[in-house]
Amino acid sequence: MLKLKNINTFYGNIHALKDVDIEVTEGEIITLIGANGAGKTTTLMSISGIVPPRSGEILFMDKAINHFRPDTIVALGICQVPEGRHIFPYLTVMENLDMGAFLRTDKDNIKKDLEHIFDLFPILAQRRHQPGGTLSGGEQQMLAISRALMARPKLLLLDEPSLGLAPLVVRQIFEIIEKINNESNTTIFLVEQNANLALKTAHRGYVMENGRIMLTDATENLLLDENVKKAYLGM
Amino acid sequence: MIKFSEIKKSFLVSLWFMFLTFPIMVIRVNPIEKTVQWRWRNMMIIGIGSFLLSFVWRFMLERKESGQKKADVFGIHKISFIQRILQEPKIYIPLLIVTGVFAIVFPFIFSAYQTNIMITALMYVMLGLGLNIVVGLAGLLDLGYVAFYAVGAYSYALLNYHFGLGFWTVLPIGAVLGVIFGILLGFPVLRLRGDYLAIVTLGFGEIIRLILENWNEFSFGPSGIANIPRPGFFGIEFSLQSATNYIYYMMIGLTLFTIFVVNRLQNSRIGRAWMALREDEVACQAMGIDKTKTKLTAFALGATWAGMVGVIFAAKTTFINPASFTFLESAMILSIVVIGGMGSIIGVVIGALILILLPEYLRAFSDYRMMLFGAILVIMMVFRPQGIISNVRRTYKFQGKQQ
Repeated sequence: MLKLKNINTFYGNIHALKDVDIEVTEGEIITLIGANGAGKTTTLMSISGIVPPRSGEILFMDKAINHFRPDTIVALGICQVPEGRHIFPYLTVMENLDMGAFLRTDKDNIKKDLEHIFDLFPILAQRRHQPGGTLSGGEQQMLAISRALMARPKLLLLDEPSLGLAPLVVRQIFEIIEKINNESNTTIFLVEQNANLALKTAHRGYVMENGRIMLTDATENLLLDENVKKAYLGM
Repeated sequence: MIKFSEIKKSFLVSLWFMFLTFPIMVIRVNPIEKTVQWRWRNMMIIGIGSFLLSFVWRFMLERKESGQKKADVFGIHKISFIQRILQEPKIYIPLLIVTGVFAIVFPFIFSAYQTNIMITALMYVMLGLGLNIVVGLAGLLDLGYVAFYAVGAYSYALLNYHFGLGFWTVLPIGAVLGVIFGILLGFPVLRLRGDYLAIVTLGFGEIIRLILENWNEFSFGPSGIANIPRPGFFGIEFSLQSATNYIYYMMIGLTLFTIFVVNRLQNSRIGRAWMALREDEVACQAMGIDKTKTKLTAFALGATWAGMVGVIFAAKTTFINPASFTFLESAMILSIVVIGGMGSIIGVVIGALILILLPEYLRAFSDYRMMLFGAILVIMMVFRPQGIISNVRRTYKFQGKQQ
């Protein structure tokens, strides 16, 4: 479904991604783990076109998208939940969700999706008229995920959904991520620092170091890999 | 509660003021008799006055902060008195009717001079609402807004001078030219934010003014353009008095039209996209909002109103020159938006009326009126930084848990 071929991305002179190859097939949860500054977020930014790659090719449904603008890429069905949530603090929960459906015009389906999201996150239904900034961290993360879901993405890019949340809330969020994947067959690209949890949730994983993909395998195997254990699982 | 430390601070302030003002307020040299007068009484007055003022200032600040704390603890955002009025239909409907009737009979009760002031105030209401799109909704600090105003005014003056086009023909043309110039300014500043954006827009405003001032063949330079015809009404000739009344009613209509359009824009998807862009650009891009297009529409739609008001300004004063379009004018419109309450339509309307009418009626204080004006601005920013009427969107009712 999504193919990254020899992606090189730069921030000015800094070579952030070096020949990155990633492949995502439809319906799976894939995870990208790595230390701080490994290039995980940059990978997502390159896919969504916010920081376009300097060389290489990104194919989505066999179509090269690496020269597209961010809004065109969203229109194709790739939606990103940015790191650190990035909800709109002064807009209400409803307005935040409405921004997620910015590119859609099918009003009836938007309403249906809204109900679906309120089923998924009942707490958001309670808080629908509150400004986003007054929600707790976990609720904000839920809002950020729901906002992305409102775009009806085929591929959902999640950037560190566990960032700054209590362990209990993190578990809740990950359960919902699995649920989204199961129920609507949405493909999920998960970037995480919490390697243990990410590997247990995802089907396949990539390990990134200094802008390069070092390792890729099914998550069961990665969890048993000695190097991964030592470097990321603390065992 | 009056704390000793507070008194001490105020005391130090008054000492400092007495020291600062000592040379001008106490010593008076009489060069003819070659004597020095020591006016100790003045010093005493300044001492006591500054002590009291600083004390009141501190007291108000403290009260404001403790009030905020209370509101935070209970999770209740205080809804201001004015907003409560606006939410109560029993109060605001009669209020609207009274305002409406007052607006209609205004020119018959008051003199033409008063009507003229009111027209100016209404023009600033429109300008404020236009700038409110750019600054209040989209969060782009634009210090060169007056450039679009100048574009509108000169488009009427020049098109009339060269081609004899009438007011009603040029009004939409002025709006369209505003859009074009808005986009022209918008393109180069797309990547800029905050201070840098402010600087570039400031420069843009000055460029337009300097071009008008120096390109004599085009704009007749500093001497300006005179004898611009007033707006016509199916070819009827008006006396000066009825022409003023006519412009007044036209302004009322146009202002209502502006309020209607801006209100619709604010609640539309593009309006919400502006607000989202103001709050978080990264998230906007992740949601598929086209940053370029959204910013450009904000600039363009904001400039539309300035272009239209420019045409009206030229028609009303019948004479324009570049001196009417200085940076001070931009600053004035920006103050209207900030003081009225960014993003709030009713706030901008009231802000414009206050800021334009206040200096007019403060003429009695002649020399001190700009000083008073400045003091009011400073006090406003300290005690009500959100403006006279903050945007309703930012407050909400705490409804308790719904099970």
